[in-house]
Amino acid sequence: MGYRLGVDVGGTFTDLLLFDADTGAFWRHKTPSTPHDSSEGILNGVTAICAKAGIGTGAIDYFLHGTTVATNAVLEGKGAKVGLVTTEGYRDIMQIARSFVPGGLAAWIIWPKPQPLAALEDTVTVKGRMNAEGQEVRPLDEADVRFQLGRLKDNGVEAVTVSLINAYANGAHEARIGELVAEVLPGVPVSLSHEVLPEMQEYERTLTTVANASVRPVVGKYVSNLRNRLASEGMTGKLSLLRSDGGLMSAQKAEEHPVNILMSGPAGGVTGAIWVGRNAGIKNILTLDVGGTSTDVALIENLEPRRQRTTEVGHLSVRASALDVKTVGAGGGSIAYVPELTRALRVGPQSAGAVPGPVAYGKGGTAPTVTDANVVLGYLPENLLGGTFKLDREGAKAAVQTVADALGIDLMAAARGIIDIVNENMFGALRMISVQQGYDPRDFALMGFGGAGPLHVNAVARLMGSWPAISPVSPGVLCALGDATTRMRTETARSWSRLARDTSPADLVAVLDEMATQVRGELLSDGVPEAEIETAFEVDVRYAGQAFEVPLTISAAVLESDGIAGVLARFDAEHKRLFTFNMDTPHEIVNLRAVALGRALDLPAAELEKGDGNPLAAKVRDHLLWMEGREQAAVIYDRAKLRAGDVIPGPAIVCEMDSTTLIESGCIATVDHVGNILITLA
Amino acid sequence: MPATIVQTNDTPFQKVAIDPVTLDIIENALRNARVEMDATLVRTAMSPGIREQGDAFPLIADPEGRMIVGQFGSFIGGFLKNFDGTLEDGDMIFLSDPYSVDGAISHSNDWLVLLPVFKDGRLIAYTSMFGHQSDIGGKVVGSMPINARSIYEEGVRIPPVKIWRRGEYNEDLMKLVMHQTRKPDWCAADLNALIASCRVAARRVIEMANRFGDDVYVSATQELLARNHRAMKTLLGQAIGEEPVSFEDYICDDGMGYGPYKIKCTMWREGEKVILDFDGTDPQSSASINFFLNENMFKMFFGIYMIMVFDPQILFNDGFYDLIDVRIPEGSLLKPKFPAALSGRTHALGRIFDILGGLLGQKTPEFLNAAGFSSSPHLFYSGNDARPGKGNQWFQLFQIGFGGIPGRPLGDGPDGHSLWPGFTNVPNEFLERYFPMMIERYETEPDSGGAGLHRGGNGIHMTYRFLSPGTIAIHDDRWFVPPWGVNGGEPGQRARKLLEKADGTQIVVGNKVEDVEVEAGDQLHFVTWGGGGWGDPLERDPALVGKEIVQGLVTAEGARAYGVVASAVGVVDAAATGALRAQLREQRGALPLFNTGPGIAALRATCETDTGLAAPIQPEWPHLEAAE
Repeated sequence: MGYRLGVDVGGTFTDLLLFDADTGAFWRHKTPSTPHDSSEGILNGVTAICAKAGIGTGAIDYFLHGTTVATNAVLEGKGAKVGLVTTEGYRDIMQIARSFVPGGLAAWIIWPKPQPLAALEDTVTVKGRMNAEGQEVRPLDEADVRFQLGRLKDNGVEAVTVSLINAYANGAHEARIGELVAEVLPGVPVSLSHEVLPEMQEYERTLTTVANASVRPVVGKYVSNLRNRLASEGMTGKLSLLRSDGGLMSAQKAEEHPVNILMSGPAGGVTGAIWVGRNAGIKNILTLDVGGTSTDVALIENLEPRRQRTTEVGHLSVRASALDVKTVGAGGGSIAYVPELTRALRVGPQSAGAVPGPVAYGKGGTAPTVTDANVVLGYLPENLLGGTFKLDREGAKAAVQTVADALGIDLMAAARGIIDIVNENMFGALRMISVQQGYDPRDFALMGFGGAGPLHVNAVARLMGSWPAISPVSPGVLCALGDATTRMRTETARSWSRLARDTSPADLVAVLDEMATQVRGELLSDGVPEAEIETAFEVDVRYAGQAFEVPLTISAAVLESDGIAGVLARFDAEHKRLFTFNMDTPHEIVNLRAVALGRALDLPAAELEKGDGNPLAAKVRDHLLWMEGREQAAVIYDRAKLRAGDVIPGPAIVCEMDSTTLIESGCIATVDHVGNILITLA
Repeated sequence: MPATIVQTNDTPFQKVAIDPVTLDIIENALRNARVEMDATLVRTAMSPGIREQGDAFPLIADPEGRMIVGQFGSFIGGFLKNFDGTLEDGDMIFLSDPYSVDGAISHSNDWLVLLPVFKDGRLIAYTSMFGHQSDIGGKVVGSMPINARSIYEEGVRIPPVKIWRRGEYNEDLMKLVMHQTRKPDWCAADLNALIASCRVAARRVIEMANRFGDDVYVSATQELLARNHRAMKTLLGQAIGEEPVSFEDYICDDGMGYGPYKIKCTMWREGEKVILDFDGTDPQSSASINFFLNENMFKMFFGIYMIMVFDPQILFNDGFYDLIDVRIPEGSLLKPKFPAALSGRTHALGRIFDILGGLLGQKTPEFLNAAGFSSSPHLFYSGNDARPGKGNQWFQLFQIGFGGIPGRPLGDGPDGHSLWPGFTNVPNEFLERYFPMMIERYETEPDSGGAGLHRGGNGIHMTYRFLSPGTIAIHDDRWFVPPWGVNGGEPGQRARKLLEKADGTQIVVGNKVEDVEVEAGDQLHFVTWGGGGWGDPLERDPALVGKEIVQGLVTAEGARAYGVVASAVGVVDAAATGALRAQLREQRGALPLFNTGPGIAALRATCETDTGLAAPIQPEWPHLEAAE
């Protein structure tokens, strides 16, 4: 099967993970990111990791990449200048949006007004109208269209988006405008809403289409640049990008539909967790990805991550499938403070970020952060990253002391308070994706990764009752691991919006078949062999009138044998699990989706050498840390020297290149056969 | 008779010392529980009012009934005082009568569920939620008749009753209630949603008590109340002077031809206590625009405006209530006597926020915003769908509109947005699929936002084309008295409604009307008002004004209010602009703090010409007492 290289470009570091698909052996590498041109950092990493593995770049069959390039283009407003063509009477569609002002009562006073992704001055309207049944009410006025397109041309738009009212029901007018764009603005890329997202709700469809058009040139440039650089280094493998929904798509497809990679970054960690879980024999996992400014959490049930139909980027909610990842503003860099007015201890959401960073990093930070509290308590030993980088514990103490003084408590209590509060914030986010979705967290393990996840995973598992707490192999590069180990995926969606009782199974199957042919075709054109393609269907169902749909996965065979009644019975069961009640109201089938998947790879992890249960050989030194209100003796271990079966009683600390695992007192850790550290209550 | 609380375990909770970190963790956990209440509700509710517009309000209270987390403050104290019955483990209270809870809910459309939470035989908390029902029966579709003369005309009234009694569901009661509404399916779903939310919160409270200990949990709630008290005491001392300040604003009319109705509030501090006195507010209306304002709710609004700026992460609670004294005259628009009609209270409820802004802003400029979109314009459209193939099926739509957010110290007011938390508009494609209508226009109304250094947000011009004959009703305000500007900003434009018949005839429609028949093919132009402007419009960057002409937010004519001379395509004439600005500066006097427009008398004189509607008649109070 050859070599698969996963590459995850973060704000600070570019992580690489090279996977030998035949043996399960892997190599990892971390190199500074190069924000002016990420391909530079990537190439540095590729060279280094190939040298580590002793292979040439030509030996890499698959280059699999998670990237935030599309996300950043949206967040930083660096997308293309998009011209929007919409229906007469709807010019302000992006300006008004959904009229929603976030926050509570009076929050409008402090809410900054965001600029629409397609500027109002680059938005034109055209005459012509479809109704909700897809019938033409008024014909398209082509002379008017040409005139309006001429205005966009004068404005110098770099891309054109066409999104007309009710185009989800009939896209003929949009298609015709697309042709006229090719005449009036030759060479300017055009996106049509009924192709990008054939679903009801004009704002969401327009936004999604505009977002796609806006990031397309940026992603296109990024991909072609990367492809050229890699080729010049002799890499001939296939280039794929990680989708927000955790699947892979070819780089070409990503260039056309970049809206699908907006949450590529966080998806990598979740897919990595799935690979770890499969090898560790753990199927239900809550993930805890703790970074510098925020923490991402997700739920994996039976090795399948939960997905949602929207991708949240900044204040925008785009209609594209994404893993259901919740983000909370709590990370290593989160700043602790005590407002004078209430004398409460607050942690985050303000963050010291990478610069100036925590006080302990000695880069000019002065505000106490979560990392500083970890340093003060002894959870983060002063020597990190193999001893080249020493943490400033005294500086951290002085900073945390300001919090202690404001609260009138001692230093260690304040430090632990900061940790408790930030853990509580993570706990809150985890509850939202578990308890609130009707899941019992005690049926799940909790996996902590990212730079600081393994430091907090034990304490948060205690709050959740989710055992074991897992510190996976290579927690710092799990995203890259996820990039390397997931499979190809594509999907298409359509509005159905009919009552179940008015839907004939034959009609439904016919439409689903047509959609299946479309998605299979996409994977085929990406070079996936016909025999390896798996298709599945999803049907969104709700009680007519509800705002919230429950997505149900079905196969054509099941639909044929159980009929629509079978789908509805599953909906009722799921609704009851989520909300504790069912209703007599008729069911509505809202949306249909067809998903095509490439072959699931059986990529085993490399087995760790078996030890005798005693971790002594891995001991670095004795250590003191503060826990449960007192100073306690602990031991620091080197993760690279641990053996399978080693048992580590808490309190203890396990160090590796880019991450630190904390095992609390009253807990005990076991190293499993592939090197994961599993922590349970003693 | 106050309520009798039946506990099987009478051991009082012990007050224990709480370390600050535990306290903050419990505060956090309570916040999460509240978020969970909202999420549960929105997902399972069915009426557009709750599911799209989030018109529902949660709370968690301590064993005394004081709100620990929530939005609108607690009504439980008043309820317990008036409820002549027992509260036991397994009970759940259901009610909708504003007069039974001192106005904590302000019209009968709001259904409220209250769950006393018992743990090991002791009452440890209350959880509660209320939400707006789209129809509760009564004389008009949507159950908010603007012309109701008493609450008896406004649909089913539910006194406090037990929907669950010691764990046993009262099915007959629910049958009786659901029999009164035109939309029992929506009501049943929304009520389920309210109940599910309260149960979720109750579970969280029990979990917290298990995790920290009952005494710690209860003591923490007391400390959270005390913390709010301390914080507010400090703030009040700093921000509110002893010298009284007053502010007044108006509800344009009552839908019966009378108006405007004045709401006046005077604020001053006596020692550590702040007094908010509504003396000078007009007497109650004989129609339904009365707003039964609960004193505690007003304290909460006040507190939120005060604290927000200083520690936005704080959980608002009832702890500071004894620092504020709210005085509302009996029989006034804000404290009408039973059985005054209440269903049209949304305008006065909204106006309260403008009053609050105007009061606080006079001494603390960081709070001063212009007047704006402080109401919820409503459209009702109902009938039998006469289109071919639709089987004459009954439909009813209740839609809340949006408008211009006022100019703010922070910057321009957003166009066509909501001041209410959690509200979103209903997608027009949704309306077109499920109702016999086409939305021909959904754009902001150019120039409707008041001119200012920071422009007020524009209102929305929404054009409905009805495809089936039916009946409409409209509830809107700010069509007569304009939304004021501040710090030199101009008032925003007023709301208007126009019915355009298929033959082109145009009919001006009032802003509070019931039972207007429409025909298939008619178009209704529903135009909402703009926010007031903030700061001197002559200081606004002319290039920005020019850009907004290109964007269609301002017209070339409208640009002159900024002293900007520009072409219809937004090309600014710098020299002419300079001259015009100089001339305007010359002509005008000192910029007023508040610009409320020409005044009531002048507005009356030009009303017919300006709006196409007769000026409202000054109400004469003795004739306007509640009739029944």
